[in-house]
Amino acid sequence: MALARKFPLYMIALLLLIFTGYPFLYMLSTSLKSQGDFFEKPFSLFSSFEFANYASVFEMGVSRYFLNSIMVSVVAVVIVMFIAALASYPLSRMNFKFNRPLFLLFIAGMMLPIHATLIPVFKLSQSMGIYDTLWALLGPYIAFSLPISIFILTQFMQEIPKSLEEAAKIDGCTHFGIFWRVMLPMLTPALMTVFIYNFLHLWNEFIFALVLISSPENRTIPLGLQDFYGEFSVNIPGLMAALTLFSLPVLVAYLFSQEKVVKGLAGGSVKG
Amino acid sequence: MDVQTESVEIVQKKEITKAKKAARNKNIFTVSLFIAPALFVYLLYVVYPIFATFNYSLYNWDGTTVGTFVGLGNYTALFNDAIFWTALKNNVWVIATSVFVQIPLGLIMALMLFAPIRGIRLFNTVYFLPFLMSTVAVGMLWILMFDPINGIINVLVNSLGFENVSWLSDENVAMFAVLLVVVWQFSPFYMILFKSAIVGIPEELYEAAQIDGANPWQKFRSITIPLLMPTIVSSSILAIVGSLKAFDIFYIMTGGGPNGATELMGTYMFKQAFVNFNMGYASAIAFLMFFIALIVTIIIQVIESRRKRVGGYE
Repeated sequence: MALARKFPLYMIALLLLIFTGYPFLYMLSTSLKSQGDFFEKPFSLFSSFEFANYASVFEMGVSRYFLNSIMVSVVAVVIVMFIAALASYPLSRMNFKFNRPLFLLFIAGMMLPIHATLIPVFKLSQSMGIYDTLWALLGPYIAFSLPISIFILTQFMQEIPKSLEEAAKIDGCTHFGIFWRVMLPMLTPALMTVFIYNFLHLWNEFIFALVLISSPENRTIPLGLQDFYGEFSVNIPGLMAALTLFSLPVLVAYLFSQEKVVKGLAGGSVKG
Repeated sequence: MDVQTESVEIVQKKEITKAKKAARNKNIFTVSLFIAPALFVYLLYVVYPIFATFNYSLYNWDGTTVGTFVGLGNYTALFNDAIFWTALKNNVWVIATSVFVQIPLGLIMALMLFAPIRGIRLFNTVYFLPFLMSTVAVGMLWILMFDPINGIINVLVNSLGFENVSWLSDENVAMFAVLLVVVWQFSPFYMILFKSAIVGIPEELYEAAQIDGANPWQKFRSITIPLLMPTIVSSSILAIVGSLKAFDIFYIMTGGGPNGATELMGTYMFKQAFVNFNMGYASAIAFLMFFIALIVTIIIQVIESRRKRVGGYE
């Protein structure tokens, strides 16, 4: 009786599970198939374990893309964390004339379509002589990560009790001292959110990379994947191996610290 | 004596205002030091480009030589450009799908995580997976699954006794196919928003309803939905604004084709700028995208503040 009543619930849950999960299962199991198996047994799951596909992906030199993506994302995110925290301190805790307009100016960036900045950023990188280098990505990556980061950090800083700051002031701390010794240590959870959110977004960022990078050796992972599509167009299991390999770091991070990743990704949007 | 105290008072007052002024100046100085690095990067890469885009949009320009000034010519050309109108219409489709399919599906997924069934942990983990994959990877995976001959979806369609469908190269179904992928990728995001909102609903409300003899549907309708209204509203805002910016998945899966069937403002702008090198024309499209996003944001803000003034969501 109870089971019959719950049957529709299980049906919905299962359908959703297939809808969200099956493409991953298909990707993983196809990446381990031989060409022949792929054509003959399209639905079979894990019928063979052909690691040669992965080997051929490595032969194409994926490490370069990984390295580029890691470098540019990590450097951009670390700079964002620092300068967004700096800016959030007066924006959330000090009275000055242009506080509100400045805050709104930063936050408005969340609504902005990237396309509206694309051509000038492209021209700018050319005139600065950094077009087609990883440096060209750094500026727009930092700038477009600022709105959400400042939003998260100001929300968080507003909750920190004023008394802490006053105590530090009496002890003779300067504003920078308060920021460095009192605020920053308390910001750790918010900075964690900022880090995860921006890192994942930059790791997957596509359009700036597409416009600002042209040489193969400077490509990030999303651009590199496109390359593979051209190279492997007939070798579908090989392509699936590349997709699996490139998605793996984020998936593994998620499976190991699910709560943190989810919280980080929803960071700016979830306020309760 | 009177005179003396008065003058002393004046001097003191002057000193106080001076000290205040100095403090204020110092304050402004500190504030600027804190904000300067972020503001500099933001002005250079976000604010300045918007003005530059508008400026470029007034020229006929290939991106390298000096352009010719055409005033608002690019905009009038744009209003007579059938492809632009198709792109705009397709953007509206993306918005509609996001609001009326993604958000309800996200809500259903979130509700399943609170259903009295087994396996919640598994559902919780798997439902979120699509949102973790990069858009390029998502696009390529689904291109392969939509493949007209070997794609798993057509294999399934065949085994059910139907004809093959050219999912991404048939004008009539391409938009539907890409939108399905958009739903797949982004519903988990709304699931997370709803999940954290549902956690925040006080259990006592349901207990009270239970005592009053409410059935599950009544509880859902008169407790869950009203209390989730703020989340539904903010999700819709995110969905609308996000849909106006849509680009990646469409660029990767169809490039706006076949025959413009999935063209968006974003893909059309990119094509004009970096394929045809009509930088002036592309800037006009880009500026219109900015302008539409601005108008939508203002409308949302006005509605929000009015709603807040009236109070409540019902």
